[in-house]
Amino acid sequence: MTSIKSTPSLAGAPPAGFGSATRSNRAAETRRKWYEIIGLTTPALVVYVMFVLVPMGFAVYYSLYKWRGVGAPTNFVGFDNYVLAFQDPIFIDALRNNAIIVVGSLLVQGPIALGVALLLNRRFRGRTVFRLLVFVPYVLAEVTVGIMWKLILTDGGTMDALFRSLGLGGLVQAWLADLDIVIWTLLFVLTWKYVGFAIILLLAGLSNVPHELTEAAAIDGAGWWQIQRHVTLPLLGPTIRIWMFLSMIGSLQVFDVIWVTSVPAVRSLGASNTMATYMVDNGFFARLWGYGNAVAVILFVISFVAALLFQRFLLRRDIQGAITGRAN
Amino acid sequence: MSRRPITWASPVTYALALAVAAVSIAPVVYVIVGGFRTTPQIVADPAGLPDPWVWDNYRRVLTQSDFWGQAFNSAVVAIGTTLLVLALGVSAAYVLARYTFRGREALFTFFTLGLLFPAGAAILPLYLMLRDLNLTNSYWAVILPQVAFSLPITIVILRPFLTAIPRELEDAAAIDGTGRLGFLWRITLPLSKPALVTVGVLAFVASWNAFLLPLLVLSDVNLHTLPLGVQNFSSQYTSDTAGILAFTSLAMLPALLFFTFAEKQIVGGLQGAVKG
Repeated sequence: MTSIKSTPSLAGAPPAGFGSATRSNRAAETRRKWYEIIGLTTPALVVYVMFVLVPMGFAVYYSLYKWRGVGAPTNFVGFDNYVLAFQDPIFIDALRNNAIIVVGSLLVQGPIALGVALLLNRRFRGRTVFRLLVFVPYVLAEVTVGIMWKLILTDGGTMDALFRSLGLGGLVQAWLADLDIVIWTLLFVLTWKYVGFAIILLLAGLSNVPHELTEAAAIDGAGWWQIQRHVTLPLLGPTIRIWMFLSMIGSLQVFDVIWVTSVPAVRSLGASNTMATYMVDNGFFARLWGYGNAVAVILFVISFVAALLFQRFLLRRDIQGAITGRAN
Repeated sequence: MSRRPITWASPVTYALALAVAAVSIAPVVYVIVGGFRTTPQIVADPAGLPDPWVWDNYRRVLTQSDFWGQAFNSAVVAIGTTLLVLALGVSAAYVLARYTFRGREALFTFFTLGLLFPAGAAILPLYLMLRDLNLTNSYWAVILPQVAFSLPITIVILRPFLTAIPRELEDAAAIDGTGRLGFLWRITLPLSKPALVTVGVLAFVASWNAFLLPLLVLSDVNLHTLPLGVQNFSSQYTSDTAGILAFTSLAMLPALLFFTFAEKQIVGGLQGAVKG
């Protein structure tokens, strides 16, 4: 490219003179700047709008039709698809399962992750290796994890053999086939898969806690527990809330692990459905495209509202913390 | 940075750490080791060790299945996604970081809005759109949506990084006759390598592991990626437990190796996300 004359920065240090030459220079410079802005952002904008925003718009449109996916939709049914969804007990089961996964993930993964992160945040020989091992489930593909646990948890499989060899044969269950148990089994698999993510985030948050603070507390005679409770944890608040947010959104959309681990028959009875598996089953595989898109919109609205509420709640909490913190 | 020498911790710490590590990798080890057994061995004693060790399952998967073709497809899609995310993400983030113009913050907010649009919810209309564009059963059908859904987080991570490059450098470059584009290419990119690696690694791993999108848009088995391959193999040969274990181990090997090399970047990237 050719060099820009003497106008050094876009922030616009005032040009040396006000002669006509400089003025036209500046106009050319502005035009050039806009060309660059448009040239550099357009590709990203096009891809983003086309594949993220436009499909959601189409989902709303399709959801108002009864449509088998061939030709243009013509059979307008208004909000019937939405009414149908909320009348279907299987979809209500899916909502319940999503709720179990959202709450269960927060309640189970949170404390475990916090404990492990505090443990692995201590400086000791071999820490790096332990960290690496703990993160392994998080990088494995969901499909791999699903198939792995499906084989382990199958009737008369490894898990059952393990329980029996420990003398706990009485606890053996039909982990993936019992309609009352399967959702808890899946929650266990999801916990195993995603707790590593919480640990990574918390370790990152912990590394931002200034050492001076914990050392000062130690000099003042605080024990390890007291330091964690009164110095580290409060400083970790924002990280914990970001993790809660990401975990919640992920749990609402969870598909892969559920789809691969649970048997279709069990899913179709509602015992292990989530909104996303229900949507794909009905929309894509049963070709009820209008109905599937209505479920997609419901899933989107629930995630969106949850995200907004959480952010509000988050924001208020953080502001309050800042204010009370200053008052002290 | 280093204050105290790294020491040995108490036995309790090691016991706890070992327990956590064991729970994390026991199933993985089980799958890998199980691949060295025969199906009758596994049926007779589901929790036993190989006796004798057999290589046959791994040999079968590597020579007779579609493993290599699927690994190739996964690689094409993941590399394509990563390169495109980087190219588009850096360009947009650079403008949002270093150009002053009307509407800049609005544009940034517009991109971050994408963080609230879950890919899962958009999958049905996305499929319909790709079908109408005649893009299904092509690598693009997976690459383009993946790029689109990775762009918001990419821009969110990259922007503060690009903003932090000192203005003086840009002024100096301008005096030497380098324009803003030259500055982007010759100075910004080399300086922001760590952030680029982070964003790239995150995009690569997400793409390598993706299942739902390829499941819907790639019905042609010749284009199947590894996650689809693993799923198909396991539902096609349900009685071949040893084969499934071997296939699953081989499929997770690349991710494990990749992670071992890129662990610092992944953790570093999430760290940046937490700070931001």
